[in-house]
Amino acid sequence: MAVSQETVEQVASVSEKYKYGFVSDIEAETAPIGLSEDIVRFISAKKEEPEWLLEWRLKAYRYWLSMEEPTWAKVDYPKIDYQDIYYYSAPKTKDKPKSLDEVDPELLAVYEKLGIPLKEQEVLAGVEGAANVAVDAVFDSVSVATTFRERLEKEGVIFCPISEAVKNHPELVKKYLGSVVPYTDNFFAALNSAVFTDGSFCYIPKGVRCPMELSTYFRINAAQTGQFERTLIIADDASYVSYLEGCTAPMRDENQLHAAVVELVILDDAEIKYSTVQNWYPGDENGVGGIYNFVTKRAACRGKNAKVSWTQVETGSAITWKYPSCILQGDNSIGEFYSIAITNNLQQADTGTKMIHLGKNTSSTIISKGISAGRAQSTYRGLVRMGRKADHARNHTVCDSLLIGDKCGAHTVPYIENQSRTAKIEHEATTSKVSEEQLFYCQQRGLSEEESMALIVNGFCKEVLQKLPMEFAVEAQKLVGISLEGSVG
Amino acid sequence: MLEIKDLRAEIGGKEILKGINLTINPGEIHAVMGPNGAGKSTLSYVLSGREGYEVTGGSVTYMGEDLLALSPDERACHGIFLAFQYPVEIPGVPSATFLKTALNAQRKFRGEEELDAMEFLKLVREKTAELGIKDDMLKRAVNVGFSGGEKKRNEVLQMALLEPKLMLLDETDSGLDIDALKVAADGVNRLRSPERSALVITHYQRLLDYIVPDFVHVLADGKIVKSGDKSLALELEEKGYAAISAA
Ligand SMILES: Nc1ncnc2c1ncn2[C@@H]1O[C@H](COP(=O)(O)OP(=O)(O)OP(=O)(O)O)[C@@H](O)[C@H]1O
Ligand SMILES: [Mg+2]
Repeated sequence: MAVSQETVEQVASVSEKYKYGFVSDIEAETAPIGLSEDIVRFISAKKEEPEWLLEWRLKAYRYWLSMEEPTWAKVDYPKIDYQDIYYYSAPKTKDKPKSLDEVDPELLAVYEKLGIPLKEQEVLAGVEGAANVAVDAVFDSVSVATTFRERLEKEGVIFCPISEAVKNHPELVKKYLGSVVPYTDNFFAALNSAVFTDGSFCYIPKGVRCPMELSTYFRINAAQTGQFERTLIIADDASYVSYLEGCTAPMRDENQLHAAVVELVILDDAEIKYSTVQNWYPGDENGVGGIYNFVTKRAACRGKNAKVSWTQVETGSAITWKYPSCILQGDNSIGEFYSIAITNNLQQADTGTKMIHLGKNTSSTIISKGISAGRAQSTYRGLVRMGRKADHARNHTVCDSLLIGDKCGAHTVPYIENQSRTAKIEHEATTSKVSEEQLFYCQQRGLSEEESMALIVNGFCKEVLQKLPMEFAVEAQKLVGISLEGSVG
Repeated sequence: MLEIKDLRAEIGGKEILKGINLTINPGEIHAVMGPNGAGKSTLSYVLSGREGYEVTGGSVTYMGEDLLALSPDERACHGIFLAFQYPVEIPGVPSATFLKTALNAQRKFRGEEELDAMEFLKLVREKTAELGIKDDMLKRAVNVGFSGGEKKRNEVLQMALLEPKLMLLDETDSGLDIDALKVAADGVNRLRSPERSALVITHYQRLLDYIVPDFVHVLADGKIVKSGDKSLALELEEKGYAAISAA
């Protein structure tokens, strides 16, 4: 019987509840609740921003006022009261820390709890010769620790909080901010432009291969604080960078809004690889709590032979509304989108991509793996547009859905617009179920029901998992198991 | 080792096993033969704990424990291995990963150190070499696109690696060419020991030339209608089930 006890513990450890459900005590300095021109001015003043940026924010705010929240996505949630949200909160540090020693130990403890990989903890702690990963930690909207900057600086790579870039590299920010995602783009992009508090900025100069993978950990901490990140990455001619974005959030009863904007600019012969593992709090079994994740991510391949790949593993959030897109403007440019979206319990995800082919010989690949369990709803929504001048452009789309149980749903909504006579567009879609037979086969070999499910689902996602950088792939595989907790039996 | 008493089971409300009695002692090999639809696979599923197979009466004791109270994975970890009549495909999961995950799950259960990738590879190479199975199968997704014979060989390889105490083989010989048949038989014979037992379900006495059973049972319409030694298999081959069951 001791053996059975051990099994119980094994199962318990696999099916651990959301392990990031803690609230840190770091005192926030918070703006008054609600949104108005004054709040926009408050944020801009807090960040000591130049006039042009304040003006831009105000324009965005006024534009936002004229817009309606979109309703076309297949997600359902109570109306968000935008006056019931705090738009600014910063960890209480008077001056910016000069080194990690000056960083609030509470904050470092948060990283610890988050299970930031040891390698990156070392980096955060400034251990000499530590891994080749630079972490720009975004904590409650303000970057408090940026490491490895020196090594990057030697190569001319700029990697810093965007608020700092505004001060130190205004010409770059002014040139590119809003150039891929203008504030007029959509409701959430307009909101973000008005009130974004921080995010990462990255510039890779001509001909430079970034010597390490750049990594940012996003966290949402203060209760009822909307998170409005703004990320801008520019890869100059013939440069390369791999960027990792990881997210976790503490447990909450209140639904929290997250409306980030990510802009990527890729010039001639350059490449950006952008990987995301998103495991924000999805809400409990009854759909209480959880993050609303409305993100606008877009890459512009401006130069010839430019390449971008988006790889995402989305397991968290109560609601995900996210379409990382590629504008393939330069001739021969390449866009890739590899996605795993897992929804369980009452989660809803409406995600996909847009491939806008403008240049000649542009090509794009879309591989989307959607997994639905519990009563979750998952939608793939993808647009492939071939412009008039996109001679010989090519797209290949594979869209697979996997259902666990019979109360969940998976939907595929492909939009195709073709104005090019020579373009080729291929679309494949499948829907399958995890069969009782497969589960039994695994269990008969000694795997628990949860482990069996994790193995089968990881198999289903394999093509996408393989696209992730190594450290991320391992984390993502574990996440697949954790996020399907409670989906069997 | 295994004691089945008056076991009754149904699927979807239909009674399939109608009172099975069978005792398997350590080291013994029992062959079960019988017409299509008699309930042979059902028996193997009930013993391994498949969902949907409802036990309505009787008991099964395995190494002193109430087997029916254990979950399928617990049974597997306690050394019960079922070589499937129809092995299942798991797309995207390389056979090697599947095997390693299974082996480590069982090792963990027994409180043994898990094998790392190198140790596992060494072990699996030994087994494939012993059995004369090509190891390119290991890179391919579990059973996906395998020929019928390859699937069965894969079952035998899994069994060799997991070293079960009680082997349940459900028509592992069906669809095998003569060489593969020898591989399968070899897999069982290599594991044969005074502690290990096997229940071998087959339609063909030919297999029993290679895996020599201690007992042969005839299962018909959910019951064991006749038991004997290996000569019973020859008799069956000669006269057919009808004559034997009627006798
Ligand atoms: N899921 C099911 N629902 C209803 N009846 C079933 C189900 N599975 C099996 N049966 C029935 O149970 C009976 C026994 O099936 P079983 O597979 O155990 O036979 P078997 O002896 O293994 O036959 P074979 O020699 O053809 O493999 C058959 O009549 C079969 O149709
Ligand atoms: Mg059968």
